Amino acid sequence: MAEVKVAEKKESAFQFGKKERKLLIDPLNDNNPITVQVLGICSALAVTTLMDKAIVMAIAVIFVLALSNLFTSLLRAYIPKQVRMIVQLVIIATLVTVVELALKAIDYNIYKELSVFIGLIITNCIIMGRLEAFAMGNSPWKSFLDGIGNGLGYGIILIIVAFIRELFGKGTVLGAKVIGPNADYLINTSDSWLFGWYANNNLMVLFPSAMFVIGVLIWIHRGIINKSLVDVS
Amino acid sequence: MGELINIFIKSAFIENLALAYFLGMCSYLAVSKSVKTAFGLGLAVIFVLGITMPINWMISTFLLSETGLFGIDLTFLRLILFIAVIASMVQLVEMVIEKYSPSLYNSLGIFLPLITVNCAILGGSLFMVAKEYNFAESVAFGLGGGFGWFLAIIGIAAIREKIRYSAVPPGLRGLGMAFILTGLMGMAFMSLMGIDPAAF
Repeated sequence: MAEVKVAEKKESAFQFGKKERKLLIDPLNDNNPITVQVLGICSALAVTTLMDKAIVMAIAVIFVLALSNLFTSLLRAYIPKQVRMIVQLVIIATLVTVVELALKAIDYNIYKELSVFIGLIITNCIIMGRLEAFAMGNSPWKSFLDGIGNGLGYGIILIIVAFIRELFGKGTVLGAKVIGPNADYLINTSDSWLFGWYANNNLMVLFPSAMFVIGVLIWIHRGIINKSLVDVS
Repeated sequence: MGELINIFIKSAFIENLALAYFLGMCSYLAVSKSVKTAFGLGLAVIFVLGITMPINWMISTFLLSETGLFGIDLTFLRLILFIAVIASMVQLVEMVIEKYSPSLYNSLGIFLPLITVNCAILGGSLFMVAKEYNFAESVAFGLGGGFGWFLAIIGIAAIREKIRYSAVPPGLRGLGMAFILTGLMGMAFMSLMGIDPAAF
């Protein structure tokens, strides 16, 4: 009898049903970390001038968020309430240091470009927010999924914003010139039969544009996609 | 002295932590609904930045650098030590203020513990390391950065208090409008880039 019980427990620890799927899908729309929970804005704005930076940042945040959620959830019974902030910060800081050193070894150029913003993942409010709101009260497997889901929700917004800013600011997508004169697909570079008239909008590279792009994204999200989110206060 | 004033002006206006580097945006957007609370948070940020910056400078110079106490390059410990210093300093500041000035403590309220996860604090320390400031310069940078952040949050809070009575489209109400306003404020602060801080 005891063996059967153990087997049942194991199955329930790693099951992937409706609730678990909701943990993954929810942050993409109804509970998006950036447009609804307003967490983790700092890094979202600063790294979105180029798409490759945004993609690296999204991967780093998904990694740190999923694992810190997992570890905090595993340790949650042993963390005293008074010092929980410091314990959580140590867990996050360790993971971020791992990411920083790994990125330094894998792609030094991107590491240079992201500069202090990799370190600032520590104070990315998404991570502290999810640890406080979810991982301190839920099982490790659920916390892990919640981390991945919120990381994805954050990453999607990051990549959309970076796409818009890179396309209109530099005329490129992932470094390939797409619009404007001298686009990569033109054989004769002086030809400009499609979007050749486009001159780069330098405002898109500067910081206020990130605010405008996210503001408009929130407008689209709340006004068209999900009207239940409208701020009534 | 002129050099220090130079750094103060530069970090407060030209390289504003909130409006040029997007640091501390979470609390900036969450706590800017009324001027009164924004004022409290802004003061607390100036306070904590001014204290943690010199301490982190000492740590990175005397403990973590190759010429420091241990004689080996320990910069990979920088993030963990900086955040530990910030968390413990915030705790300490909170206890001291509670003991000696209960009125200030009450006005700051829950914002003091929140500051631990304000990226402006950690970001300020990391920028200070990246810019290789000396001790006095790091103090000026900390106070200037805090003052700039204070100005930014007061400004947005004042605008948000007024805009509550305007006919903003429903989807844009609240958060969306705050983003766009911050963008406009950022553009306004960009015009300060022309200032030559050496003129002061």
